[in-house]
Amino acid sequence: MSAIHYREIDGQSAGFWGLAALLAVLMAAGLTAAYFMAHIGHIITGMTNQVVWGVPHVFAVFLIVAASGALNTASIASVFGKVAYKPLARLSGLLAIALLLGGLAILVLDLGRPDRLGIAMTHYNFRSIFAWNIFLYTGFVAVTGWYLWVMMERRLNRYTRMVGTAAFLWRLILTTGTGSIFGFLVARQPYDEAIMAPMFIGMSFSFGLAIFILVLMAVFKGTGRSLGDEILMRLKNLLGVFAAAVLYFLLAFHITKLYEAEFRGAEAFLLWDGGIYTFLFWFGAVFLGGALPMLLFWLPQTRRSRAAVGWGSASVVVGGLALMYDIIIGGQAWPLSIFPGMHVSSSFYDGVVNFYAPSLPECALALGGCALALFITLFALKLLPFLPETLADEEA
Amino acid sequence: MSQPPGPMLKAAKTRRGRGAAQEGQSNEEHPVPGRAEQGIDEVRRRFVGAAAVSALVLAPGVSLFAYAEAGGNRAAGASSKRRWGLLIDTTRCKPSCTACVSACSSYNGWKNEGRPTDAQWIRKVQVSDPKTGFSRSVPVMCQHCGNAPCVEVCPTGASFRRADGIVLVDRHICIGCRFCMMACPYKARSFISENLTDQKPWAPRGKGTVEGCTLCVPRVDAGKIPACVEACSREGGGAMTFGDLKDPGSAIRRALAEHPSVQLRADLMLDTGVHYQGL
Repeated sequence: MSAIHYREIDGQSAGFWGLAALLAVLMAAGLTAAYFMAHIGHIITGMTNQVVWGVPHVFAVFLIVAASGALNTASIASVFGKVAYKPLARLSGLLAIALLLGGLAILVLDLGRPDRLGIAMTHYNFRSIFAWNIFLYTGFVAVTGWYLWVMMERRLNRYTRMVGTAAFLWRLILTTGTGSIFGFLVARQPYDEAIMAPMFIGMSFSFGLAIFILVLMAVFKGTGRSLGDEILMRLKNLLGVFAAAVLYFLLAFHITKLYEAEFRGAEAFLLWDGGIYTFLFWFGAVFLGGALPMLLFWLPQTRRSRAAVGWGSASVVVGGLALMYDIIIGGQAWPLSIFPGMHVSSSFYDGVVNFYAPSLPECALALGGCALALFITLFALKLLPFLPETLADEEA
Repeated sequence: MSQPPGPMLKAAKTRRGRGAAQEGQSNEEHPVPGRAEQGIDEVRRRFVGAAAVSALVLAPGVSLFAYAEAGGNRAAGASSKRRWGLLIDTTRCKPSCTACVSACSSYNGWKNEGRPTDAQWIRKVQVSDPKTGFSRSVPVMCQHCGNAPCVEVCPTGASFRRADGIVLVDRHICIGCRFCMMACPYKARSFISENLTDQKPWAPRGKGTVEGCTLCVPRVDAGKIPACVEACSREGGGAMTFGDLKDPGSAIRRALAEHPSVQLRADLMLDTGVHYQGL
């Protein structure tokens, strides 16, 4: 492979500033929503004492999971020595940090007391997976930042493999921690499975790579740089495998649940008669997140199509959000089983499927976090040489 | 929102050795009686003295309460020699009776106006077996678990268990993440979604934090029984017994020894402080 030349994007075009302005507006909307949520209270959201985590958590967890997956490309290059991916490694690290910061911003601003972030950073209960995640998330930003530094500083290039391996291990642990937030919830029947940790790793591989491909295609198209078929086809083949892995984990997860009688009510709700949640699982997670992209990537009619790569990646993102909504909101919609086998009713909505409808402020906060991730990416690309000048296919 | 500081608020601050200026936002802060086994008695003793003096000087209206509530049992504090618990005899709990709920609401100052965002520290759950027709009306509140999931998952340690088994939220350091609400198998916790008014000085609450049954800890520390238990014996069927689960001679222990009882979701092995009979 010939030498790789990296260069900043110009960032002078109307398209660049138009996009920057749009993202700034979305971020401002998110901040405004967060202000009102903190000032007036969560009463302005759709969250209740029944569904305590809402759309902000769907997007926050999605972004955090995707962040660790966005590092895939860099890991493949540095840890597994695949030189074809090396030109993409810097963008991979940058996206990982940007997505994580976007997700964290949502999580923090959704807190009942966001002004107590300092307390969250100084008071730790190490039996809490949440407390561990605070370290895992901030550590991930630090390790990935270090990784970018050794990749971009020629004199430090020799440490790339070592630091890349550290970042790779860190991201595996990070996503294990995120999946365990739900896997450890023994109180709630839709969760409570150890497989949620590796399932989240599979999801991170898929969602993160899909976002990476979309950003790569958009930036190369926007800046007029050449993106060859060879690297794109490699990436989409990998994404197809990751999407299949998510389907496999979902199958194993639900088969396990269905095998246990105590979980069958919750499973019937999520998979069969749960209305929006059933729809989101089958059409969103299974079809859009898995089946459709695999068809687009591997059917003879579309397997060489660049458009199919883009649509397939977008489909993975939409399906991933649907799956996250299904897991987080659907899991809370199903009532707690305090008296197993009994019919129950109370003034506190015991025994009924909990209602949730997202409100505008929480959607604004969620989109604001996504905008922050893209904003960071956009300006980082303008300020530092993250992208190769060309990724054109090499002549034989 | 305005709220008198109250004796319990001073308790928390004295315990932590921090002043009001360091605490900030004191109008939404909350009491945190007796947190750890170690040294708690000493801290409590110092605090009760300080609280009594402060209350006398600063808030004459509150000071009467301070004496009445804190004066009766100054040296008691939270001791691991006790394990406070509740026994609920569901055979004596009438479906139409909500005396325990009303008493809790009245004493602690929370209101259920029928909205899904309203806090409910205790509720009556109507339980029926669809196969047999067996039915019961069951008060459900924080079960004050020995292995409390809310305590395990809380990232800052705001959810904590006192030495005497009472599970509380330290609302000075609750960040409002709601992970405890996700983890609680009993739906015993509520998140405060809006500003509150007309709070009780002994049970301050705060927007953006999580709360739940405190087993009426100010009353318990003053040598009284929880409001729900008192109301049940006075207006209800006398279905609730409060006492020390570690004392073989206590009424609750004797009742538990004589008749079978269950813990809710006993399969989770949470070692609840609340036991039920007749289920």
